[in-house]
Amino acid sequence: MSLDATIRLKRDEFALDVQLKVSAGETVAVLGPNGAGKTTLLRALAGLVPINGRVELNGQVLDDSAAGRHVPTERRRVGIVFQDHVLFPHMTVLDNVAFGLRHDSSRIAREWLDRAGLGDRASAMPRELSGGQAQRVALIRTLATEPHLLLLDEPLSALDVTIRAEVRRELSRQLSGFHGVRILVTHDPLEAIALADRLVVLEHGKVVQSGSPAEVTARPRSRFVADLAGVNLLRGQGRGDHIELASGTALAAPEAGDGDVFAVIHPRAVALYTSRPEGTPRNVWRGRAEDLDLQGERVRVRLSGAVPLVAEVTPSAVRELHLDAGAEVWVAVKATEVSVYPA
Amino acid sequence: MVLAAAGLLLFLLPLAGLVARAPWDQVGPALIAPETATALGLSLFCSLSATAVALVLGIPLALLLARTSGTLRAVLRALTTLPMVLPPVVGGVALLLAFGRRGLVGAPLYGAFGIQIPFTTAAAVIAETFVAMPFLVIAVEAGLRALDPRYEEAARALGATGWRVFARVTLPLLRPAIFSGAVLCWARALGEFGATITFAGDLPGRTQTIPLAVYVALETRPEGAIALSLILLAVSLAILIGMRDRWLGWL
Repeated sequence: MSLDATIRLKRDEFALDVQLKVSAGETVAVLGPNGAGKTTLLRALAGLVPINGRVELNGQVLDDSAAGRHVPTERRRVGIVFQDHVLFPHMTVLDNVAFGLRHDSSRIAREWLDRAGLGDRASAMPRELSGGQAQRVALIRTLATEPHLLLLDEPLSALDVTIRAEVRRELSRQLSGFHGVRILVTHDPLEAIALADRLVVLEHGKVVQSGSPAEVTARPRSRFVADLAGVNLLRGQGRGDHIELASGTALAAPEAGDGDVFAVIHPRAVALYTSRPEGTPRNVWRGRAEDLDLQGERVRVRLSGAVPLVAEVTPSAVRELHLDAGAEVWVAVKATEVSVYPA
Repeated sequence: MVLAAAGLLLFLLPLAGLVARAPWDQVGPALIAPETATALGLSLFCSLSATAVALVLGIPLALLLARTSGTLRAVLRALTTLPMVLPPVVGGVALLLAFGRRGLVGAPLYGAFGIQIPFTTAAAVIAETFVAMPFLVIAVEAGLRALDPRYEEAARALGATGWRVFARVTLPLLRPAIFSGAVLCWARALGEFGATITFAGDLPGRTQTIPLAVYVALETRPEGAIALSLILLAVSLAILIGMRDRWLGWL
């Protein structure tokens, strides 16, 4: 089983142009900022919006605009789980789960509920369920129809943080028992990394990066991914032993290569001083602390200056440096801490 | 404040007059008079039939309205709401010109089958439907627009085809809107006067509903008119009280 999709569509100012290949048993997380087209992509795969292009699932052509072929949603083996469950409010939990089943629906629905430990809620109405229970029922309602393609649209984001972990575990368990193609849309990196084998990063309707979570976060190719990985991303022209940034500043880096390049600097590699540091660092410039943010054991300092960066320092360093919003500091980055790859 | 009070008085005074001047000793006999029973029965029959017709035709119309957009929708909407703003007498004249014996549709109907619509009970039902159906259409359309489209999408993704989605998901979710629309429609049909008297005439036992009977009785036996008016007032109050939550919700 596999999915092979080429989807192009235009709506008002927005254009989506995505190629996606997913094999069975693989969970792909589609990540991206709001308005990137993630939900539209899911709706296109479900057949809910007309597209230009081609969608093939397990060898069956679901969409082929060139051949004028379009299989309507109800005849696709596609399941959708929405952000906020969308259980039918006028039906019991059992009837909701049985809705998509053809034969022996009540018995099969009950088995699914029992297996998920929700058997005692079978006769409850959706409004009587907690948010977590409702989302679990919604997942079961979709899985019970045995779809070949499972589409999850931010399945956890409407839930309280306190129960999110519990539902994520359940989701993870259910996903591992599901043999079709799985696509998860999310803007929560934790959700993506916990559930997905592969990330596809969507921005402005286009795939900007894809790969395993480790690959993607190691070599961010967009501001969104850099923020997600918590690293500084710079872009400039490689000049052998240094990079010429767009601002004109030279950033020393071994193996800077040539041409258009990305450079990543981990915030922990950004050192701060009250006076100009002596010694080895080749990248030294003046900066200004714009704001400070305590995160766990570390303080993230957002710097402006020749090269805008985020530095991560310890709380004791903040005290020693008398760091405060607006403080002038010297910023140093060792050349060996700058990792460079082609843009 | 003063203006608001004046506004309230404008509503209250006529009602007070109706209740104060009611010849209570004659209300009883007037209520059980056979003409009253006939008019009341006919009123109920016609208004309920009109509501039934409005449900059958109005719900699909509301669906059509909710699913179109742009100019077409504006035109359809204007057409369906026209009877709400049109003076009912004009509506009656229009109906006569369409379904009358020499009317647009009436003439061929009469020529081919000898069917004559005006001045029959059917005409009263048509007149009431014409005037009252917009209330139902508007309420159901508002309900449809407020409906989260993802319920229908979820149903389709679960394999339900168009008809099943409509019967099992859309219609049940629309129930409150349909109910309040039907009650409004029925209340409007019950009180219909202008279009009915123009198109269906005033034939006791066939087209003389309570509002018509009230109008006619006012000339000959005012106490009967008052008694009949009290019946309509009671029915309207009962609807208002029974619907107060939904009513406020809808408006």
